[in-house]
Amino acid sequence: MRKLGDFVILIVALLIVWQGLHAVAGDTTLTSPAATFVKLGELMRTDQFWGNVAETGQAFAMALVISLIGGVGLGTLLGLNRTSGVVSEPILIALYSLPKVTLYPLVLLCFGLGISAKVAFGAMHGLIPVALFTMKAIMQLKPVYLRTAQALRLTPSQVATTIALPAVLPEVMAGARLGFSLSLLGVLIGEMFASKRGLGFMINSAMGLGDIATIMAVAVFLSIFAVAANALLLLIDRAIPR
Amino acid sequence: MLMRAGDAPASAPAMSVADVHARLKGVTRVYGVGTSRPIVHALGPVDLDLMRGEFFSVVGPSGCGKSTLLDALAGLAVPTEGEVYFENRRIRGVPDGVGVVFQEDASFAWLTVRDNVAFGLRRAGVDAAEITRRVDYAVGFMGLRDFANAYPAQLSGGMRQRVCIARTLVLQPRLILLDEPFGALDQQTRLLMGDELLRLWRETKATVMLITHALDEAAMLSDRVGVMSARPGVFIDFVETGWPRERDSRIVSDTHFGAVTARLWEKLRVESLKSIGTKP
Amino acid sequence: MTREGWIRLAVVVAAVAVLEALCRTGVIAHTVLLAPSEMAVSLWNILRGGELNEDILSTLRNVLLSSVISAVLGFVCGAIIHALPRVRGAVEPLLASYYAIPTFMFYPIFIVMFGVGAQAIIAIAVLLSIVAMITATLTGLDRIPPVLRKTGTVFRMSPAARAVMIDLPAAAPYLFTGVKLTFAYSLIGVIASEFILSGAGIGYAIAYAYNNFNNQRMYGLMLLVIIVAIAANAALDAIDRRLQSRLRR
Repeated sequence: MRKLGDFVILIVALLIVWQGLHAVAGDTTLTSPAATFVKLGELMRTDQFWGNVAETGQAFAMALVISLIGGVGLGTLLGLNRTSGVVSEPILIALYSLPKVTLYPLVLLCFGLGISAKVAFGAMHGLIPVALFTMKAIMQLKPVYLRTAQALRLTPSQVATTIALPAVLPEVMAGARLGFSLSLLGVLIGEMFASKRGLGFMINSAMGLGDIATIMAVAVFLSIFAVAANALLLLIDRAIPR
Repeated sequence: MLMRAGDAPASAPAMSVADVHARLKGVTRVYGVGTSRPIVHALGPVDLDLMRGEFFSVVGPSGCGKSTLLDALAGLAVPTEGEVYFENRRIRGVPDGVGVVFQEDASFAWLTVRDNVAFGLRRAGVDAAEITRRVDYAVGFMGLRDFANAYPAQLSGGMRQRVCIARTLVLQPRLILLDEPFGALDQQTRLLMGDELLRLWRETKATVMLITHALDEAAMLSDRVGVMSARPGVFIDFVETGWPRERDSRIVSDTHFGAVTARLWEKLRVESLKSIGTKP
Repeated sequence: MTREGWIRLAVVVAAVAVLEALCRTGVIAHTVLLAPSEMAVSLWNILRGGELNEDILSTLRNVLLSSVISAVLGFVCGAIIHALPRVRGAVEPLLASYYAIPTFMFYPIFIVMFGVGAQAIIAIAVLLSIVAMITATLTGLDRIPPVLRKTGTVFRMSPAARAVMIDLPAAAPYLFTGVKLTFAYSLIGVIASEFILSGAGIGYAIAYAYNNFNNQRMYGLMLLVIIVAIAANAALDAIDRRLQSRLRR
């Protein structure tokens, strides 16, 4: 109970700091918490806002699916063989820490300016952590599990579904949570750079007009969505027996 | 005092002690008072007199508070009730002249063996020449000379404990407290380390209190063994061994050894059953 | 080099060779992707020519500045939070979900605040990387075996002396992991910012080249970013491994 109380105090403290910064910086630089939420309410009543949400959401959903399926697939493939796992790990880590934004022009040249480019951006960002975590989990699968499977004379697909998958699920979930956030980020940055639709584009055009209220409202909307989704994933994560 | 027949005339009987070196009076330790967590009566009330120069061991079932006892004696923890005296003064924090060797590996992984051993001396501001002299001596005494410039990560568990002992030794403590220092080591190494400890004790003429769960270790090394009850731990027996000062692990072949161990187990068995929740 | 190291080198060389072949034979159109060798030549010309030196230095300066600020500030914040358990209890859930938030969305706010320039870029890069350092600091301080702290007490050291002589070296491996992450995130933050809106820097130069259909320059610069990112991470990794091996218990 005390923990919840402390948390609420922290949120209130953050809001106070926000309000303080607003008082110092002025209305044109930083809108107050109240004004931001009012603006968000306004936006949420327009069709245009939800149109942008749908655009981003669509691209994000597709990018996420590709990241998860592609990531788990790639990770499993690379992780099954110890040598391929050891060889691939530094390569994947290098790709992970690369500023993938640098490769955006290449993606645009390949896919053009439509939604497929956005999906590619998102998948680029989300696929690697999922693959990395899955690969490591498979590599660390306890040999005794496989010996048990052998002793029970299970078929390869039985081993995969009844032993390997449940055993690596916690790690894969951790990678999936990361992949979720990074896919979203990839899609949004892509929209900021080269799109005429979507929430990223909305922020960009608001920036050009100096419309700080809209920028902050959309940023807050995205933050709330991301944190809520992450919390949901954590709940699912905790429900997995391990 | 339990005397044995066939004592070699050259060996001295258990040493005569001049005074009480450290004392615990009515010491208890209770956790959880004033918090929302359950109250745990971890120790006491304990009364203990450690005689100057003696080798005293504490045995008892798991969870009876042996480590808490050591923490109180060393000044690492303040008792809930009772007083702790060292050299006739009440202690406040860790007093000067007390050395502690813990069960876990406390060697500093980022320093060489030599720097580890010198650590306490450097903090105390001892001059460089004296530091070198004492470190060389301790390193040699503990058999670490060939590893003086190695890092702990390169050494075995037993060697690392020797580093910790050497680090305590250089400060020339008058009271040495050891909390199950050989717990993580295999039996053969333990026996050899026991011999090292006896050598150390004779050389430094310090008072030694050893906490151990191994009855044979307590029986073979000590002048006196205190048996603690299940939690909350109190002393239920003190057994004098009567060993000569010049002794080593080969004393296990002495017939008296079996008698001492048997007596310890007789008391301890009941307490151990209690501590695991079985009716004795 | 280990056997796996050689295999890895072979894989990378093979991949580059395949790319080279596909580009040279026209399977991949020249307007889409330059052959790796061409990219290398372009990069060499850029570096020799010197007109982009200002941009390159600007980026490197921003990355270093934000890394240092994040690392130091992150460590201090982490140490303070670690010392105040109640604060930590309240803050930790937020820290855990911090990287779920697309923090980069706040870049436009910094632009409105500071204008288009280094300050906004450094601000967002710090915002992006600081939490990694805070988390690493908390973990590092947590992982100090209690017996080492007790040893400090037995030696009757003051809290300050203990913090510097025992806590810091004992937590060093975890702290350095934090530094590695901080650098990586700073690099990503700076480049992404320069890309979206900036007047200078490598990211800006790439975006400019893209908008002007200057594929030569664009790919030369992309190669530069890739090389810098890989080299920097490899260097930090090497230091990290030496630190870990020394301190492995």
